[in-house]
Amino acid sequence: MTSDTRTDTERSRTDGELAEQAVVPMPLVHGELPRWAPWAILVASLVVVGGILAATGNFGLGLTLVLGAVLYAVATYAVSRFVEGGRKATDRVVTIVVTVAFLIALIPLISVVVTVIQNGLARFDAAFFTNSMRGVVGEGGGGYHAIMGTLIITALAALMSIPIGILTAVYLVEYGKGRLARAITFFVDVMTGIPSIVAGLFAFAFFALFAGPGIRFGFGGAVALSILMIPVVVRSTEEMLKIVPNELREAAYALGTPKWRTILKVVIPTSIAGIASGVTLAIARVIGETAPLLIIAGLTTGVNLNPFSGRMTTLPVFAYNSYAAPGVPREPFIDRAWTSALVLIIIVLVLNLLARLVAKLFAPKTR
Amino acid sequence: MSAPTTTPATATPSTKPVRQLGDRIFAGSATGAGVLILIVLAGVAVFLIAQAIPAFTASPEELPGGRNLAVYIGPLVFGTLLSALIALLIATPLAVAVALFITHYAPRRLAQGLGYVVDLLAAVPSIVYGLWGVAVLAPASLPFMTRLQDYLGWIPLFAGPVSATGRTMLVVGVTLAVMILPIITAVSREVFLQTPKLHEEAALALGATRWEMIRMAVLPFGRSGIISGAMLGLGRALGETMAVAIILSGSGIVTFNLISSSNPSSIAANIALQFPDSTGVAVNTLIASGLVLFVITLLVNSIARWIINRRREFSGAN
Repeated sequence: MTSDTRTDTERSRTDGELAEQAVVPMPLVHGELPRWAPWAILVASLVVVGGILAATGNFGLGLTLVLGAVLYAVATYAVSRFVEGGRKATDRVVTIVVTVAFLIALIPLISVVVTVIQNGLARFDAAFFTNSMRGVVGEGGGGYHAIMGTLIITALAALMSIPIGILTAVYLVEYGKGRLARAITFFVDVMTGIPSIVAGLFAFAFFALFAGPGIRFGFGGAVALSILMIPVVVRSTEEMLKIVPNELREAAYALGTPKWRTILKVVIPTSIAGIASGVTLAIARVIGETAPLLIIAGLTTGVNLNPFSGRMTTLPVFAYNSYAAPGVPREPFIDRAWTSALVLIIIVLVLNLLARLVAKLFAPKTR
Repeated sequence: MSAPTTTPATATPSTKPVRQLGDRIFAGSATGAGVLILIVLAGVAVFLIAQAIPAFTASPEELPGGRNLAVYIGPLVFGTLLSALIALLIATPLAVAVALFITHYAPRRLAQGLGYVVDLLAAVPSIVYGLWGVAVLAPASLPFMTRLQDYLGWIPLFAGPVSATGRTMLVVGVTLAVMILPIITAVSREVFLQTPKLHEEAALALGATRWEMIRMAVLPFGRSGIISGAMLGLGRALGETMAVAIILSGSGIVTFNLISSSNPSSIAANIALQFPDSTGVAVNTLIASGLVLFVITLLVNSIARWIINRRREFSGAN
């Protein structure tokens, strides 16, 4: 009871105070910085930092940008807090932090691309694409044998992984039920996490049982790569098959089409664009693999077009070996390493663009 | 398809659909492909174990280093975990910020292109990152590491003396961070995009600023996505071979000193470096260390998958 009366009196008192306050009109709009203010603060903080650094003789572009960004964040917070209040100020600072983080993340990408192009162009000539390294000591030579090795091994890996991958995805989406399907889903997940070097070790351990511990050949590399590639193909194909509308399947069944023809003639053609682009991305993934090929495919200086016997050089291994174990003189080897890296990046880029193009070209006509 | 058929004698002969020959072949091959994957994976485990056994049973004198197997693999495990941990610590906050920028801050027209650029970053072969790390990042970070030693030398991590070539654990960590950044970004971006629009709009309608909206609606929704993305990135960093192999000249020591010239190597890098010249029990030892790596990544990835799957059930989106 007592508490009740107290609240009553309190309430009446606050009512009275509110009535008194209401005489003074509250501003309905908050203070807000003009649109140009952030830019002005940015320029000002950069100029201030640059000026101070130049005056003390420490001027450097990187240092100016870093300290300028810090000052920009602090100054924005101070100004915004004064004009707009704490919440808005925090919001502005977070915007700055997120944007700066994004710019920081862009630096390595730009740096990688610029470095590879700069260093790779030195040997990006016809000789690189037509000559192997057989008998080459210093200048000259090329990566023809490595390019052929990469193409053969990747093609073999794709030949093995694509049918298995797509069929498994079809099983998981169209047939799979119960324990087997769950086990396959789980182990495909496990397979995605296999480190590439372990895949190489497996291929070696497998073939060494039959052919002795000195075994090095291209097909083994293809097996290792397909272990890395299959789960990627299964995952992307599964996603694509799942988004095929069930109405299409039911319409086909209603016409009396058997299930396998429904899958071949309706489900897969509907999703072929996505499947093809997923497969292309999977190829782009494995074409740059180094570690497993270093172990099972080995290294050689000459052209070897037979994947079933003899060592086979691939582009990434060639790049690694030219850089890590250069001959004398050093420069031509380093140059060839960078050119191999450039060729690799170009291949990956083209495959990525191809995947986009394929997805567009094969997309089912909706009208 | 339908309820389990009781007996063929009952009056419903059509519950079991007619199965054509093509149907049986197709279903069989699809099932076979799935089973083949299981066999291959079992094969991976069996053959690795089979080839690793000689290393476990060999007497210590035969092993490389002439000591116990655990003494040989221990520093490598340490190096693997340390480099991956540095990468994770650097990459995760950056990746979350980049994902937020792409989904919530960038102009709508730019956002898709930016996402594509990040995907490309993920597709660049690891050997290219390795070359970049040793040729560009290592020399470029030399002055930075010198300053670290000058000002923060009292922390054991930066005790120095700074390696003259710049090929240090810290550089490896940064290179690995650059490599796993796109993966964590891609996963986080997917989750952030799935945040229910109504939650975001409700927060904004209550007068929240953009950051408050992100803190209240987007981040709680995406937390498990960020964690699982980070775990996937960690798995990638643990198994990364070439970048570590090409940057570090590792030795079998255990040290937290990130900027000196003597560093622990990682399992994968050690295999890549030693394998071509190894014979006999040394090969088996390397395979045994590969088995250890396999188990570690398996654990990390299983935890990540578990978090993702748990989220699927309790996502709050429905």
